[in-house]
Amino acid sequence: MYSDKVIEHFRNPRNMGKIEDADGVGEVGNPVCGDLMKIYIKVKDGKIEDVKFETFGCAAAIATSSMVTELAKGKSIEEAMKIGRDDVARELDGLPPIKMHCSNLASDGLKEAIKDYLSKRGRE
Amino acid sequence: MRVYLDHAATTPVDEKVLEEMLPYFTKKYGNASSLHSFGREARDAIERSRERVAELIGAESEEIIFTAGGTESDNIAIKGIAFRKGKGHIITSQIEHPAVMATCQHLEKKGFDVTYLPVDKYGMVSPEDVENAIRDDTILITIMHANNEIGTVEPIEEIAKIARENEIVFHTDAVQSVGKIPVNVKRIGMDMLSISAHKIYGPKGVGALYIKKGTKIEAIIHGGGHEKGLRPSTENVPGIVGLGKACELAEKRMEEDMKRMQRLRDKLIKSVLEIEESYLNGHPEKRLPNNAHFRFAAVEGESLILSLDDKGIAGSTGSACSSKKLKPSHVLMAIGLNEVQAHGSLRLTLGRENTEEEIDYVIEVLPPILEKLRAMSPLWKR
Repeated sequence: MYSDKVIEHFRNPRNMGKIEDADGVGEVGNPVCGDLMKIYIKVKDGKIEDVKFETFGCAAAIATSSMVTELAKGKSIEEAMKIGRDDVARELDGLPPIKMHCSNLASDGLKEAIKDYLSKRGRE
Repeated sequence: MRVYLDHAATTPVDEKVLEEMLPYFTKKYGNASSLHSFGREARDAIERSRERVAELIGAESEEIIFTAGGTESDNIAIKGIAFRKGKGHIITSQIEHPAVMATCQHLEKKGFDVTYLPVDKYGMVSPEDVENAIRDDTILITIMHANNEIGTVEPIEEIAKIARENEIVFHTDAVQSVGKIPVNVKRIGMDMLSISAHKIYGPKGVGALYIKKGTKIEAIIHGGGHEKGLRPSTENVPGIVGLGKACELAEKRMEEDMKRMQRLRDKLIKSVLEIEESYLNGHPEKRLPNNAHFRFAAVEGESLILSLDDKGIAGSTGSACSSKKLKPSHVLMAIGLNEVQAHGSLRLTLGRENTEEEIDYVIEVLPPILEKLRAMSPLWKR
Protein backbone atom coordinates (compact mmCIF):
# COMPACT_ATOMS: atom_id res chain seq x y z
CA MET A 1 0.00 0.00 0.00
CA TYR A 2 2.76 2.48 0.93
CA SER A 3 5.94 3.14 -1.06
CA ASP A 4 9.26 2.10 0.47
CA LYS A 5 10.09 5.75 0.94
CA VAL A 6 6.93 6.42 2.95
CA ILE A 7 7.71 3.44 5.15
CA GLU A 8 11.32 4.57 5.55
CA HIS A 9 10.28 8.07 6.67
CA PHE A 10 7.61 6.57 8.93
CA ARG A 11 10.19 4.33 10.58
CA ASN A 12 12.87 6.99 10.85
CA PRO A 13 11.15 10.36 10.88
CA ARG A 14 13.47 13.34 10.36
CA ASN A 15 13.25 16.47 12.49
CA MET A 16 10.75 15.09 14.95
CA GLY A 17 9.99 17.17 18.01
CA LYS A 18 9.31 20.68 19.13
CA ILE A 19 11.22 23.98 18.87
CA GLU A 20 10.67 25.73 22.18
CA ASP A 21 11.53 29.24 20.93
CA ALA A 22 10.08 28.82 17.43
CA ASP A 23 9.63 31.89 15.24
CA GLY A 24 6.50 30.40 13.70
CA VAL A 25 4.15 27.52 14.51
CA GLY A 26 1.56 26.02 12.17
CA GLU A 27 -1.14 23.61 13.25
CA VAL A 28 -3.33 21.78 10.77
CA GLY A 29 -5.66 18.82 10.72
CA ASN A 30 -8.16 17.55 13.18
CA PRO A 31 -7.72 14.66 15.59
CA VAL A 32 -11.31 13.58 14.82
CA CYS A 33 -10.12 12.74 11.31
CA GLY A 34 -7.07 11.07 12.75
CA ASP A 35 -4.44 13.58 11.71
CA LEU A 36 -3.07 16.51 13.64
CA MET A 37 0.21 18.18 12.74
CA LYS A 38 2.25 20.94 14.28
CA ILE A 39 5.16 22.42 12.34
CA TYR A 40 7.71 24.63 14.13
CA ILE A 41 10.15 26.89 12.25
CA LYS A 42 13.18 28.90 13.19
CA VAL A 43 14.02 31.65 10.67
CA LYS A 44 17.36 33.40 10.15
CA ASP A 45 18.16 35.92 7.39
CA GLY A 46 14.97 35.03 5.53
CA LYS A 47 15.90 31.34 5.50
CA ILE A 48 14.38 28.40 7.35
CA GLU A 49 17.23 27.55 9.64
CA ASP A 50 15.47 24.83 11.58
CA VAL A 51 12.15 23.05 11.29
CA LYS A 52 10.54 20.36 13.43
CA PHE A 53 7.21 18.56 13.56
CA GLU A 54 4.84 16.82 15.93
CA THR A 55 2.23 14.58 14.36
CA PHE A 56 -0.61 12.38 15.53
CA GLY A 57 -1.76 10.23 12.67
CA CYS A 58 -1.23 7.38 10.27
CA ALA A 59 2.01 6.40 8.56
CA ALA A 60 1.25 8.78 5.65
CA ALA A 61 0.74 11.68 8.04
CA ILE A 62 4.04 10.99 9.79
CA ALA A 63 5.99 10.43 6.55
CA THR A 64 4.66 13.60 4.89
CA SER A 65 5.53 15.60 8.02
CA SER A 66 9.03 14.22 7.99
CA MET A 67 9.42 14.89 4.26
CA VAL A 68 8.17 18.47 4.41
CA THR A 69 10.72 19.33 7.09
CA GLU A 70 13.48 17.91 4.88
CA LEU A 71 12.26 19.90 1.89
CA ALA A 72 11.92 23.13 3.85
CA LYS A 73 15.20 23.12 5.74
CA GLY A 74 17.63 25.71 4.39
CA LYS A 75 15.14 27.16 1.91
CA SER A 76 14.17 30.82 1.77
CA ILE A 77 10.74 31.76 3.08
CA GLU A 78 9.57 32.38 -0.49
CA GLU A 79 10.77 29.00 -1.72
CA ALA A 80 9.34 27.18 1.28
CA MET A 81 5.93 28.80 0.70
CA LYS A 82 5.88 27.16 -2.73
CA ILE A 83 6.22 23.60 -1.39
CA GLY A 84 2.86 21.97 -2.12
CA ARG A 85 1.10 18.72 -1.33
CA ASP A 86 2.05 17.27 -4.72
CA ASP A 87 5.74 18.01 -4.13
CA VAL A 88 5.64 16.16 -0.82
CA ALA A 89 3.80 13.19 -2.34
CA ARG A 90 6.18 13.07 -5.31
CA GLU A 91 9.27 13.11 -3.10
CA LEU A 92 7.80 10.15 -1.21
CA ASP A 93 7.30 8.22 -4.47
CA GLY A 94 3.57 8.71 -4.23
CA LEU A 95 0.82 8.14 -1.66
CA PRO A 96 -2.24 5.89 -1.78
CA PRO A 97 -5.08 7.92 -3.43
CA ILE A 98 -7.23 7.70 -0.29
CA LYS A 99 -4.43 9.31 1.76
CA MET A 100 -3.78 12.20 -0.64
CA HIS A 101 -6.46 14.38 0.90
CA CYS A 102 -6.73 13.38 4.53
CA SER A 103 -3.11 12.80 5.50
CA ASN A 104 -1.07 14.95 3.14
CA LEU A 105 -1.39 18.10 5.22
CA ALA A 106 2.21 18.72 6.11
CA SER A 107 2.85 21.38 3.45
CA ASP A 108 -0.25 23.24 4.68
CA GLY A 109 1.24 23.08 8.16
CA LEU A 110 4.49 24.56 6.90
CA LYS A 111 2.61 27.40 5.17
CA GLU A 112 0.72 28.11 8.40
CA ALA A 113 4.00 28.21 10.30
CA ILE A 114 5.46 30.69 7.80
CA LYS A 115 2.32 32.86 7.94
CA ASP A 116 2.55 32.80 11.73
CA TYR A 117 6.18 33.91 11.49
CA LEU A 118 5.32 36.72 9.03
CA SER A 119 2.44 38.02 11.10
CA LYS A 120 4.55 37.98 14.27
CA ARG A 121 7.35 39.83 12.47
CA GLY A 122 4.87 42.35 11.12
CA ARG A 123 3.88 43.23 14.66
CA GLU A 124 7.44 43.73 15.85
CA MET B 1 10.44 -13.11 15.72
CA ARG B 2 7.09 -13.27 13.89
CA VAL B 3 4.06 -13.32 16.15
CA TYR B 4 0.59 -13.72 14.67
CA LEU B 5 -2.02 -12.20 16.96
CA ASP B 6 -4.83 -11.65 14.48
CA HIS B 7 -6.78 -14.89 14.85
CA ALA B 8 -10.10 -13.04 14.81
CA ALA B 9 -9.23 -12.12 11.21
CA THR B 10 -8.25 -15.63 10.19
CA THR B 11 -6.38 -18.68 11.43
CA PRO B 12 -3.86 -20.99 9.78
CA VAL B 13 -5.24 -24.27 8.44
CA ASP B 14 -4.37 -27.03 10.91
CA GLU B 15 -2.02 -29.63 9.42
CA LYS B 16 -4.49 -32.38 10.29
CA VAL B 17 -7.25 -30.47 8.51
CA LEU B 18 -5.13 -30.02 5.40
CA GLU B 19 -4.13 -33.67 5.43
CA GLU B 20 -7.75 -34.74 5.47
CA MET B 21 -8.68 -32.30 2.69
CA LEU B 22 -5.93 -33.17 0.22
CA PRO B 23 -7.27 -36.46 -1.23
CA TYR B 24 -10.47 -34.64 -2.19
CA PHE B 25 -8.62 -32.44 -4.67
CA THR B 26 -6.78 -35.03 -6.71
CA LYS B 27 -8.08 -38.52 -5.95
CA LYS B 28 -11.59 -38.35 -4.55
CA TYR B 29 -12.68 -35.56 -6.84
CA GLY B 30 -16.15 -36.82 -7.71
CA ASN B 31 -19.22 -34.63 -7.87
CA ALA B 32 -21.26 -35.51 -4.81
CA SER B 33 -24.43 -35.56 -6.93
CA SER B 34 -23.08 -38.30 -9.20
CA LEU B 35 -24.35 -41.85 -8.81
CA HIS B 36 -21.02 -43.63 -9.41
CA SER B 37 -18.43 -44.55 -6.81
CA PHE B 38 -16.53 -41.27 -7.32
CA GLY B 39 -19.66 -39.35 -6.51
CA ARG B 40 -20.54 -41.59 -3.58
CA GLU B 41 -17.21 -41.15 -1.84
CA ALA B 42 -17.59 -37.37 -2.10
CA ARG B 43 -21.17 -37.60 -0.80
CA ASP B 44 -20.04 -39.78 2.12
CA ALA B 45 -17.34 -37.28 3.02
CA ILE B 46 -19.85 -34.41 3.00
CA GLU B 47 -22.27 -36.27 5.23
CA ARG B 48 -19.48 -37.22 7.64
CA SER B 49 -18.53 -33.53 7.85
CA ARG B 50 -22.15 -32.59 8.42
CA GLU B 51 -22.21 -34.90 11.42
CA ARG B 52 -19.01 -33.39 12.79
CA VAL B 53 -20.32 -29.83 12.49
CA ALA B 54 -23.63 -30.84 14.06
CA GLU B 55 -21.81 -32.59 16.89
CA LEU B 56 -19.78 -29.48 17.78
CA ILE B 57 -22.89 -27.32 18.20
CA GLY B 58 -25.30 -29.93 19.51
CA ALA B 59 -27.48 -30.02 16.38
CA GLU B 60 -28.87 -32.82 14.22
CA SER B 61 -26.86 -33.31 11.06
CA GLU B 62 -29.89 -32.64 8.84
CA GLU B 63 -30.07 -29.18 10.40
CA ILE B 64 -26.73 -28.14 8.88
CA ILE B 65 -26.26 -26.72 5.39
CA PHE B 66 -22.85 -25.92 3.95
CA THR B 67 -22.18 -22.48 2.53
CA ALA B 68 -19.27 -20.48 1.16
CA GLY B 69 -18.57 -18.78 4.50
CA GLY B 70 -19.94 -16.80 7.42
CA THR B 71 -21.11 -13.88 5.30
CA GLU B 72 -23.07 -16.16 3.01
CA SER B 73 -24.60 -18.02 5.98
CA ASP B 74 -25.75 -14.69 7.44
CA ASN B 75 -27.25 -13.61 4.12
CA ILE B 76 -29.07 -16.90 3.56
CA ALA B 77 -30.51 -16.77 7.08
CA ILE B 78 -31.56 -13.13 7.24
CA LYS B 79 -32.75 -12.63 3.67
CA GLY B 80 -34.23 -16.13 3.78
CA ILE B 81 -36.63 -15.11 6.54
CA ALA B 82 -37.23 -11.65 5.11
CA PHE B 83 -38.07 -12.90 1.61
CA ARG B 84 -40.34 -15.62 2.97
CA LYS B 85 -42.29 -13.11 5.05
CA GLY B 86 -42.21 -10.40 2.39
CA LYS B 87 -42.40 -7.53 4.87
CA GLY B 88 -41.97 -6.80 8.53
CA HIS B 89 -39.60 -5.71 11.26
CA ILE B 90 -36.12 -6.99 12.14
CA ILE B 91 -34.26 -6.47 15.42
CA THR B 92 -30.48 -6.42 15.40
CA SER B 93 -27.68 -4.57 17.22
CA GLN B 94 -25.39 -1.67 16.43
CA ILE B 95 -22.27 -3.83 16.74
CA GLU B 96 -22.96 -6.57 14.22
CA HIS B 97 -20.40 -7.75 11.70
CA PRO B 98 -20.94 -6.10 8.28
CA ALA B 99 -22.29 -9.44 7.01
CA VAL B 100 -25.35 -8.86 9.20
CA MET B 101 -25.39 -5.08 9.36
CA ALA B 102 -25.12 -4.42 5.63
CA THR B 103 -27.69 -7.14 4.95
CA CYS B 104 -30.15 -5.46 7.32
CA GLN B 105 -29.40 -2.06 5.79
CA HIS B 106 -30.12 -3.49 2.36
CA LEU B 107 -33.43 -4.92 3.57
CA GLU B 108 -34.29 -1.50 4.97
CA LYS B 109 -33.93 -0.09 1.46
CA LYS B 110 -36.24 -2.85 0.26
CA GLY B 111 -38.97 -1.76 2.64
CA PHE B 112 -38.30 -3.70 5.83
CA ASP B 113 -38.09 -1.92 9.17
CA VAL B 114 -34.95 -2.52 11.20
CA THR B 115 -34.19 -1.66 14.82
CA TYR B 116 -30.48 -1.41 15.60
CA LEU B 117 -30.26 -1.85 19.36
CA PRO B 118 -27.62 0.13 21.24
CA VAL B 119 -25.11 -1.57 23.54
CA ASP B 120 -23.61 -0.58 26.89
CA LYS B 121 -20.01 0.57 27.32
CA TYR B 122 -18.85 -3.06 27.31
CA GLY B 123 -20.66 -3.81 24.07
CA MET B 124 -23.47 -5.78 25.71
CA VAL B 125 -26.96 -5.90 24.22
CA SER B 126 -29.66 -5.77 26.89
CA PRO B 127 -32.26 -8.58 26.63
CA GLU B 128 -34.76 -6.08 28.03
CA ASP B 129 -34.11 -3.79 25.07
CA VAL B 130 -34.74 -6.72 22.75
CA GLU B 131 -38.05 -7.43 24.44
CA ASN B 132 -39.09 -3.78 24.30
CA ALA B 133 -38.24 -3.53 20.62
CA ILE B 134 -40.55 -6.38 19.63
CA ARG B 135 -43.53 -5.33 17.53
CA ASP B 136 -46.51 -7.23 16.16
CA ASP B 137 -44.76 -7.43 12.81
CA THR B 138 -41.29 -8.45 14.07
CA ILE B 139 -40.14 -11.36 11.90
CA LEU B 140 -36.54 -11.84 12.97
CA ILE B 141 -34.07 -11.13 15.74
CA THR B 142 -30.43 -11.36 14.70
CA ILE B 143 -27.83 -10.66 17.40
CA MET B 144 -24.24 -11.88 17.22
CA HIS B 145 -22.96 -14.37 19.78
CA ALA B 146 -19.54 -12.79 20.29
CA ASN B 147 -18.28 -9.54 18.86
CA ASN B 148 -15.47 -9.84 16.34
CA GLU B 149 -13.70 -6.67 17.44
CA ILE B 150 -13.97 -6.33 21.21
CA GLY B 151 -14.77 -9.96 21.98
CA THR B 152 -17.82 -9.30 24.16
CA VAL B 153 -20.07 -12.35 24.49
CA GLU B 154 -23.74 -11.45 24.19
CA PRO B 155 -26.50 -12.90 26.40
CA ILE B 156 -27.98 -14.92 23.55
CA GLU B 157 -29.57 -17.52 25.81
CA GLU B 158 -31.81 -14.85 27.35
CA ILE B 159 -32.50 -13.31 23.97
CA ALA B 160 -33.37 -16.74 22.55
CA LYS B 161 -35.87 -17.23 25.36
CA ILE B 162 -37.52 -13.90 24.58
CA ALA B 163 -37.62 -14.77 20.87
CA ARG B 164 -39.19 -18.14 21.64
CA GLU B 165 -41.83 -16.66 23.92
CA ASN B 166 -42.78 -14.22 21.20
CA GLU B 167 -42.56 -16.80 18.42
CA ILE B 168 -39.96 -14.83 16.50
CA VAL B 169 -37.13 -16.49 14.59
CA PHE B 170 -33.74 -15.91 16.25
CA HIS B 171 -30.51 -16.00 14.27
CA THR B 172 -27.01 -15.50 15.62
CA ASP B 173 -23.70 -14.93 13.88
CA ALA B 174 -21.50 -17.30 15.88
CA VAL B 175 -18.50 -17.05 13.59
CA GLN B 176 -16.25 -15.81 16.40
CA SER B 177 -17.58 -17.96 19.22
CA VAL B 178 -17.92 -21.46 17.76
CA GLY B 179 -14.82 -23.45 18.62
CA LYS B 180 -13.76 -20.95 21.29
CA ILE B 181 -16.56 -21.19 23.82
CA PRO B 182 -19.22 -23.90 24.17
CA VAL B 183 -22.11 -23.38 21.77
CA ASN B 184 -25.09 -25.72 22.00
CA VAL B 185 -27.99 -24.74 19.77
CA LYS B 186 -30.48 -26.90 21.66
CA ARG B 187 -29.50 -25.57 25.04
CA ILE B 188 -29.52 -21.95 23.84
CA GLY B 189 -32.65 -22.51 21.79
CA MET B 190 -31.38 -21.15 18.48
CA ASP B 191 -33.33 -21.14 15.24
CA MET B 192 -30.39 -20.29 13.00
CA LEU B 193 -26.66 -19.96 13.59
CA SER B 194 -23.79 -19.04 11.25
CA ILE B 195 -20.35 -20.68 11.29
CA SER B 196 -17.15 -20.06 9.34
CA ALA B 197 -14.31 -22.56 8.82
CA HIS B 198 -11.34 -20.22 8.56
CA LYS B 199 -11.78 -18.84 12.06
CA ILE B 200 -11.32 -22.31 13.53
CA TYR B 201 -8.22 -23.56 11.69
CA GLY B 202 -10.19 -24.65 8.64
CA PRO B 203 -9.94 -23.36 5.07
CA LYS B 204 -11.27 -20.04 3.77
CA GLY B 205 -14.34 -20.00 1.56
CA VAL B 206 -16.48 -22.47 3.47
CA GLY B 207 -18.99 -22.14 6.28
CA ALA B 208 -22.20 -23.60 7.58
CA LEU B 209 -25.63 -22.50 8.63
CA TYR B 210 -27.61 -24.31 11.30
CA ILE B 211 -31.34 -24.16 10.59
CA LYS B 212 -33.55 -25.70 13.25
CA LYS B 213 -35.92 -28.33 11.93
CA GLY B 214 -39.19 -26.65 11.00
CA THR B 215 -37.71 -23.17 10.43
CA LYS B 216 -38.81 -22.17 6.96
CA ILE B 217 -36.73 -19.80 4.87
CA GLU B 218 -36.83 -18.82 1.22
CA ALA B 219 -33.82 -19.53 -0.97
CA ILE B 220 -31.82 -16.48 -2.05
CA ILE B 221 -29.64 -18.41 -4.53
CA HIS B 222 -31.22 -20.60 -7.17
CA GLY B 223 -29.79 -23.56 -9.03
CA GLY B 224 -29.47 -27.30 -8.84
CA GLY B 225 -31.09 -27.89 -5.50
CA HIS B 226 -27.99 -28.72 -3.45
CA GLU B 227 -28.11 -28.30 0.34
CA LYS B 228 -31.90 -28.52 0.45
CA GLY B 229 -32.10 -25.95 -2.32
CA LEU B 230 -30.81 -23.26 0.03
CA ARG B 231 -27.25 -23.22 -1.22
CA PRO B 232 -27.18 -24.70 -4.72
CA SER B 233 -23.80 -25.15 -6.40
CA THR B 234 -21.62 -28.24 -6.72
CA GLU B 235 -20.36 -28.83 -3.22
CA ASN B 236 -16.88 -27.63 -2.25
CA VAL B 237 -15.95 -31.10 -1.06
CA PRO B 238 -12.36 -30.41 0.12
CA GLY B 239 -13.56 -27.28 1.92
CA ILE B 240 -16.46 -29.07 3.56
CA VAL B 241 -14.15 -31.91 4.62
CA GLY B 242 -11.82 -29.27 6.08
CA LEU B 243 -14.63 -27.62 8.02
CA GLY B 244 -15.72 -31.00 9.37
CA LYS B 245 -12.23 -31.86 10.54
CA ALA B 246 -11.75 -28.37 12.01
CA CYS B 247 -14.96 -28.83 14.02
CA GLU B 248 -13.86 -32.23 15.23
CA LEU B 249 -10.51 -30.83 16.38
CA ALA B 250 -12.18 -27.81 17.98
CA GLU B 251 -14.43 -30.07 20.00
CA LYS B 252 -11.52 -32.17 21.23
CA ARG B 253 -9.17 -29.29 21.93
CA MET B 254 -11.41 -26.41 22.98
CA GLU B 255 -11.25 -26.79 26.73
CA GLU B 256 -7.50 -27.18 26.99
CA ASP B 257 -6.66 -24.66 24.25
CA MET B 258 -8.89 -22.01 25.70
CA LYS B 259 -7.60 -22.43 29.22
CA ARG B 260 -4.06 -21.92 27.93
CA MET B 261 -4.98 -19.00 25.66
CA GLN B 262 -6.94 -17.26 28.35
CA ARG B 263 -4.00 -17.48 30.74
CA LEU B 264 -1.68 -15.92 28.14
CA ARG B 265 -4.33 -13.37 27.17
CA ASP B 266 -4.80 -12.35 30.81
CA LYS B 267 -1.06 -11.96 31.21
CA LEU B 268 -0.99 -9.75 28.11
CA ILE B 269 -3.88 -7.60 29.32
CA LYS B 270 -2.41 -7.20 32.79
CA SER B 271 0.97 -6.06 31.46
CA VAL B 272 -0.40 -3.78 28.75
CA LEU B 273 -2.75 -2.02 31.15
CA GLU B 274 0.29 -1.02 33.20
CA ILE B 275 1.22 1.30 30.35
CA GLU B 276 0.16 4.88 31.04
CA GLU B 277 -3.25 5.84 29.63
CA SER B 278 -4.06 2.43 28.22
CA TYR B 279 -7.53 0.96 28.47
CA LEU B 280 -9.31 -2.32 27.80
CA ASN B 281 -12.26 -2.27 25.39
CA GLY B 282 -15.04 -4.82 25.73
CA HIS B 283 -16.34 -6.67 28.75
CA PRO B 284 -13.78 -7.44 31.47
CA GLU B 285 -15.08 -11.00 31.95
CA LYS B 286 -17.76 -11.84 29.42
CA ARG B 287 -15.39 -11.88 26.49
CA LEU B 288 -13.85 -14.44 24.16
CA PRO B 289 -10.91 -16.15 25.90
CA ASN B 290 -8.50 -15.22 23.10
CA ASN B 291 -9.46 -11.56 22.65
CA ALA B 292 -7.56 -8.54 23.96
CA HIS B 293 -8.68 -5.13 22.74
CA PHE B 294 -6.92 -1.99 23.89
CA ARG B 295 -7.07 1.73 23.46
CA PHE B 296 -4.06 4.00 23.87
CA ALA B 297 -4.36 7.76 24.28
CA ALA B 298 -2.68 10.07 21.73
CA VAL B 299 -1.68 7.26 19.34
CA GLU B 300 -3.17 6.45 15.96
CA GLY B 301 -3.90 2.79 15.22
CA GLU B 302 -2.47 2.47 11.73
CA SER B 303 0.89 3.81 12.89
CA LEU B 304 0.74 1.40 15.80
CA ILE B 305 -0.07 -1.61 13.61
CA LEU B 306 2.75 -0.78 11.17
CA SER B 307 5.21 -0.23 14.02
CA LEU B 308 4.26 -3.60 15.52
CA ASP B 309 4.53 -5.14 12.06
CA ASP B 310 8.11 -3.85 11.87
CA LYS B 311 8.77 -5.97 14.95
CA GLY B 312 7.03 -8.97 13.38
CA ILE B 313 3.82 -8.66 15.40
CA ALA B 314 0.49 -8.91 13.55
CA GLY B 315 -2.53 -7.18 15.10
CA SER B 316 -5.39 -5.00 13.90
CA THR B 317 -7.09 -1.71 14.67
CA GLY B 318 -10.50 -0.06 14.46
CA SER B 319 -8.90 3.26 13.49
CA ALA B 320 -10.55 5.14 10.64
CA CYS B 321 -7.14 5.66 9.03
CA SER B 322 -6.78 1.95 8.40
CA SER B 323 -10.25 1.41 6.98
CA LYS B 324 -11.11 1.59 3.31
CA LYS B 325 -13.82 4.15 3.98
CA LEU B 326 -11.80 6.20 6.50
CA LYS B 327 -14.59 5.67 9.03
CA PRO B 328 -13.86 4.60 12.61
CA SER B 329 -15.17 1.22 13.73
CA HIS B 330 -18.93 1.25 14.27
CA VAL B 331 -18.40 -1.07 17.24
CA LEU B 332 -16.12 1.39 19.01
CA MET B 333 -18.56 4.21 18.29
CA ALA B 334 -21.42 2.10 19.68
CA ILE B 335 -19.62 1.48 22.99
CA GLY B 336 -19.36 5.23 23.41
CA LEU B 337 -15.83 6.05 22.33
CA ASN B 338 -15.29 9.24 20.36
CA GLU B 339 -13.41 9.37 17.05
CA VAL B 340 -10.12 10.35 18.65
CA GLN B 341 -10.32 7.49 21.15
CA ALA B 342 -11.28 4.99 18.45
CA HIS B 343 -8.14 5.95 16.51
CA GLY B 344 -5.92 4.53 19.22
CA SER B 345 -7.35 1.03 19.28
CA LEU B 346 -5.46 -2.25 19.01
CA ARG B 347 -6.93 -5.74 18.76
CA LEU B 348 -4.71 -8.71 19.58
CA THR B 349 -6.36 -12.12 19.23
CA LEU B 350 -4.54 -15.26 20.26
CA GLY B 351 -4.55 -18.68 18.67
CA ARG B 352 -3.52 -22.25 19.32
CA GLU B 353 0.04 -21.82 18.15
CA ASN B 354 0.92 -18.78 20.27
CA THR B 355 3.50 -19.39 22.98
CA GLU B 356 4.29 -17.69 26.27
CA GLU B 357 7.58 -16.56 24.76
CA GLU B 358 5.67 -14.73 22.02
CA ILE B 359 3.40 -12.97 24.49
CA ASP B 360 6.44 -11.94 26.55
CA TYR B 361 7.97 -10.53 23.38
CA VAL B 362 4.85 -8.40 22.71
CA ILE B 363 4.88 -7.19 26.30
CA GLU B 364 8.51 -6.14 25.82
CA VAL B 365 8.13 -4.51 22.41
CA LEU B 366 4.86 -2.61 22.77
CA PRO B 367 5.82 0.03 25.41
CA PRO B 368 8.77 1.53 23.48
CA ILE B 369 6.63 1.69 20.31
CA LEU B 370 3.95 3.63 22.17
CA GLU B 371 6.62 5.84 23.68
CA LYS B 372 8.02 6.68 20.25
CA LEU B 373 4.59 7.44 18.73
CA ARG B 374 3.58 9.49 21.74
CA ALA B 375 6.85 11.41 21.65
CA MET B 376 5.89 12.71 18.21
CA SER B 377 2.19 13.21 19.00
CA PRO B 378 0.97 16.74 19.71
CA LEU B 379 -1.90 15.17 21.65
CA TRP B 380 0.36 13.57 24.22
CA LYS B 381 0.81 15.46 27.45
CA ARG B 382 4.37 16.43 28.23
